[in-house]
Amino acid sequence: MTLTEEPRLTGRPALPEEPAVSTHEPIWKLMLRKYMKNKLAVAGAVLLFLIIGAAIFAPWLAPKDPSQQVLLDKLAPPGKDYPLGADNLGRDTLSRLLFGARISLLVGFASVAGSIFIGTVVGAVAGYYGGKLDAVLMRFVDAVISFPSLFLLITLVTIFEPSIMTLIGIFAIFGWTGTARLVRGEFLSLRKSEFVLAARTLGIRNGRIIFSHILPNALGPIIVSATLGVGGVILGEAALSYLGLGIQPPTPSWGNMLQSAQNPQIMLGAWWYPLFPGLMILTTVLAFNFVGDGLRDAFDPKIDD
Amino acid sequence: MAIPLLFIITIISFAMMRMAPGDPTALMMDPMIKQENLAAYKESYGLNDNVVIQYGRWLGNMVQGNFGESLIRQGVPVKDLILARLPNTLLLMLVSTIIAFLISIPLGVYSATRRNSKTDYAITFISFLGIATPSFWIGLMLIMVLSVHLGWFPIGGVANIGEPFSIWDRLHHLILPAFVLATADMAGLTRYSRSSMLDVLRQDYIRTAKANGFRKRTVIFRHGLRNALIPIITIFGLMLPSFIGGSVIIESVFAWPGIGLLFMDAAFQRDYPVIMAVVVIASALVVIGNLLADILYAVFDPRIEY
Repeated sequence: MTLTEEPRLTGRPALPEEPAVSTHEPIWKLMLRKYMKNKLAVAGAVLLFLIIGAAIFAPWLAPKDPSQQVLLDKLAPPGKDYPLGADNLGRDTLSRLLFGARISLLVGFASVAGSIFIGTVVGAVAGYYGGKLDAVLMRFVDAVISFPSLFLLITLVTIFEPSIMTLIGIFAIFGWTGTARLVRGEFLSLRKSEFVLAARTLGIRNGRIIFSHILPNALGPIIVSATLGVGGVILGEAALSYLGLGIQPPTPSWGNMLQSAQNPQIMLGAWWYPLFPGLMILTTVLAFNFVGDGLRDAFDPKIDD
Repeated sequence: MAIPLLFIITIISFAMMRMAPGDPTALMMDPMIKQENLAAYKESYGLNDNVVIQYGRWLGNMVQGNFGESLIRQGVPVKDLILARLPNTLLLMLVSTIIAFLISIPLGVYSATRRNSKTDYAITFISFLGIATPSFWIGLMLIMVLSVHLGWFPIGGVANIGEPFSIWDRLHHLILPAFVLATADMAGLTRYSRSSMLDVLRQDYIRTAKANGFRKRTVIFRHGLRNALIPIITIFGLMLPSFIGGSVIIESVFAWPGIGLLFMDAAFQRDYPVIMAVVVIASALVVIGNLLADILYAVFDPRIEY
């Protein structure tokens, strides 16, 4: 027994002969150990911290004002003045990439927060109550999944005038189905378990059972799917902005930087301009995917370290 | 499931577009037009009727294959616009499906049979890269290197303008966009083939075949691959939505005149009848693809009956 042990909430006296073996290691430490063994996951986490840091401190890190146009320096090659070159209006690419990171991460995190919320509520209700309600909700999920969503997405964006808020809303509305299936699965397997039965016998309300008794058990897979989801949204935002339906210039986003780069003249003379925004997208999404995979293995008790 | 789904999709998108701010008449009309002429124009296109009536009229026509007329290109039936573009899109999708399967399945199978080897890790890592890379950017990079700098391929379009039809010319224009569209699903397909093959190789009958002294190659191809292919084929149906969505982006990158590009133009111009028609056709393609996957599944797996 150590003094640092958490105080017990029940009045039961602590058993004095409880053995202090390593299996009493707190679960998060075990997970952290498992996570740290996965080199790619660690590399992903480091990258992610760097990118998030770059986004937060963009105004201080950026060497220039991202929207300042110096027409004399149009398509300047990478060098002392412009570390990653300048674009077709003479704006500093590095500064625009740093500010673009803010947009990508903001859209990514905010819309995944929204879709996780919707998906968790739908999945929890379907899985917990089961029966007809479950069948109807899951049919609806099937329908949303089997639709080529990019078409509705584009239609919606043209209707609601693209802005950061509309993009976040639209990605949230289209991204929740995976989470709903996942959460439903967890709830289906837990709804008949003894602790749920016990909670019901005690007369606890359904809403409370769902959110404070079952949901914590599904938290691992939800976090994993959220991490992977952010990467997916960043790719989607880049594609929409590239098509001219996402973030509108002059606000820099990695996608709309690529839109203005698609011009044979620019490609012939300024290879750096289409190259770097794409590399940023790739690196960021890769980092999220590595972290997500590492978390999945860390949360999975079936995988030994 | 399929038909009600199509139905719901048409209702949702019709409703969305009618609630939208912005009016096609404002985009296309001369600002000096007289009010009564504008009203007559709206009346002639039925834009003044109740939304439900408009939807009903549109649906009734559509079932008969009549998608109405384009609002922007006056007098041109939407059906003609689509029929002119659809073959290009279908060709692109067909060729890139073939490319995706031809590259991914061998890679996945190879990866599975040499599990935990260096090659396996390399293939896995490349798949990770592929999943994280936007396909339109791969397209841009290929255009930049292969078309603009090396001049090996045209930078876009479906054929050289003003030249007589030649198969070589068409293929020359087709290769890059088809490959780039294929990359969007190649990584996932490789991962999927790998795990499907691994599942099969773990089965008892593979061990039995090995114990019976069949050569390794026979076991892998005749006993293993044939069974591993079944789930791979069904994934085709699930891939289709992303494929059709991807075609919108790839057609924009390569100026490929298919229905994806038609859709983008229509979306920018708020040409409702064209938007609706493409949405319906895209959903129909998805439904057909899913059906096709089910049929193939039954053909390849004798255990399944319908």
